[in-house]
Amino acid sequence: MNKRKIIGISIYIFFIALPIYWLVMMSFKSNEEILGSLTYWPQNFSFDNYITIFSDPSWYMGYVNSMIYVIMNVIITLLTALPAAYAFSRYRFLGDKPLFFWLLTNKMAPPAVFLLPFFQLYSSVGLFDTHIAVALAHCLFSVPLAVWILEGFMSGVPTEIDETAYIDGYSFPHFFIKIFIPMIRSAIGVTAFFSFMFSWVELLMARTLTSIHAKPIGAIMTRTIGGEGVDWGLLAAAGVLTIIPGCLVVWFVRNHIAKGFALGRV
Amino acid sequence: MSLTLQNISRVVNGESYIDNANITFEPGSFNVLLGRTLAGKTSLMRLIAGLDKPTHGNILMDGVDVTGMPVQKRNIAMVYQQFINYPNLTVYENIASPLKIAGVNSSTIDTRVKAVAEMLHIEQFLQRFPLELSGGQQQRTAMARALIKEGGLILFDEPLVNLDYKLREELRFELRELFKVQNTIAIYASTEPNEALALGGVTTLMHEGKIIQTGPVNDVYSLPNSIESAELFSEPPINILEGAIHNGKATMGDVTFEFNENLGSIDSGEYNFGIRPHHMTMEQKNSNDIALDLKVDVAEISGSETFLHMAGDRITAVAQLTGVHNFHTDTPVRVYLPVDKLYVFDQGGKMVQAPHYFSASHNPEKIKGFANNG
Repeated sequence: MNKRKIIGISIYIFFIALPIYWLVMMSFKSNEEILGSLTYWPQNFSFDNYITIFSDPSWYMGYVNSMIYVIMNVIITLLTALPAAYAFSRYRFLGDKPLFFWLLTNKMAPPAVFLLPFFQLYSSVGLFDTHIAVALAHCLFSVPLAVWILEGFMSGVPTEIDETAYIDGYSFPHFFIKIFIPMIRSAIGVTAFFSFMFSWVELLMARTLTSIHAKPIGAIMTRTIGGEGVDWGLLAAAGVLTIIPGCLVVWFVRNHIAKGFALGRV
Repeated sequence: MSLTLQNISRVVNGESYIDNANITFEPGSFNVLLGRTLAGKTSLMRLIAGLDKPTHGNILMDGVDVTGMPVQKRNIAMVYQQFINYPNLTVYENIASPLKIAGVNSSTIDTRVKAVAEMLHIEQFLQRFPLELSGGQQQRTAMARALIKEGGLILFDEPLVNLDYKLREELRFELRELFKVQNTIAIYASTEPNEALALGGVTTLMHEGKIIQTGPVNDVYSLPNSIESAELFSEPPINILEGAIHNGKATMGDVTFEFNENLGSIDSGEYNFGIRPHHMTMEQKNSNDIALDLKVDVAEISGSETFLHMAGDRITAVAQLTGVHNFHTDTPVRVYLPVDKLYVFDQGGKMVQAPHYFSASHNPEKIKGFANNG
């Protein structure tokens, strides 16, 4: 690697990492230090902000709530998108192409458009402030994306494999679970990752459809601006903790994602 | 098991894929479906397998109507042109899968997998995954999975097309050896006349969705029932020359010749004469050989043979000559056609007269041709 490349990459990484570094650094500082003179690393290194978050239920329950509806969302998305994508990739039926396109157009509407109908609907059927409410609302966006990604992968699997399995004597469900799903596990990894990330970072819906019991961490973070001003250190620590699940998921599915980017429709 | 197709047709979006196919495959027979691309070979196989449903007609296995029966319940196996294996299962699991589904106990599976793997020379790759193998080995795995089922019927849809020449020869030979002992109907689709001749057995010619002729390979080769059959089953295609027969004398362009002793029985009229390219010669061998004066179009040299493409007034012909011959374009050449190797077809393309050296042992009436009988 020559010198110019090293310099280029260093500059790139510097700009990418700077905000994250600043966030992490702030989380170990006290509010006085943050608001005081400019320092590049914590002068009085402390875990106080993290201790507050892990000992106060009104904080850590935010993470728990977010996790619950995100996992629900991923499961529902996969359970519905897998059969749907298989149908789109394997069968020709009345209106299959318009229907597929319609799925994509769902992605084109901003989530804010759906806020009012969701809020009213969930309130009237008693789903307001439940985890499943947020998970279902997120499905409106994650399912079309999942179907789109999975359909691309599934169309890459030759139909002859399905037929060979039937000839061998597999029933459809047996074939689907035993042969087909393992074949597209990269696609499932990629899909799960995208559903997870979408649901984890989405704030607007999650905040509007919950009040106390299913309040997500994002909503809690925006409500820390109290009468005594903003608790900068605490917010920074919450921010760091919010990044971690995403990093963990990326770490686990990184190989699949690389394959997915190479193969399919990501 | 015996397999009978009765009046099978398949029409997709108004387009006829298979047109009224009637054929019986005998138990333990090796059958080759020969036809060009889009002749309907694959469509017919998919109907037999039960992957597609016929628009009309019935499929009988051992006399039982299986037309609507799901694929899983038919005791068949299929090998595709592409190398189709389950990529996430090892070669061993791939081969074992039909038995595993059928609930065979694992010690029996083990012996049978090893036996069939040994037959196909892939016993050392059993623990690998299919995609780690070469194309030939992948296709051997697919064949092993088809063979292990010991079903009544195995369909091969051009299984050797994607392999190199050497491997193709090798696998073709092995396949033929395997089926000498198996009491299974094998149906093998191919586009190459030479492959059909090498495989032997029963040959069925298909053209534009129709079965045009079926019978033992040598009969079909020697006694094509129509120009179409002769063209399909000849590589390079048979030469067709227009001519006429009047009062026992045949004319072809400005050449008149005595045909043979059976000629008298052919009515006077316009006919097409057919001659296979390898019967044409550059030297006169017999005094009654027909001489044709033509001009060279192109001489195509393939190893030890030369395909000489020639043209004359209203005539094009190909001669297959042994040895390497160089000809310049437009060189006048005289080629000889042995009279006793000529086929005679009527204006409708139906065979009237086969070369008389076949007539001694075969009678054209014996040819089973469904398209022309009805």
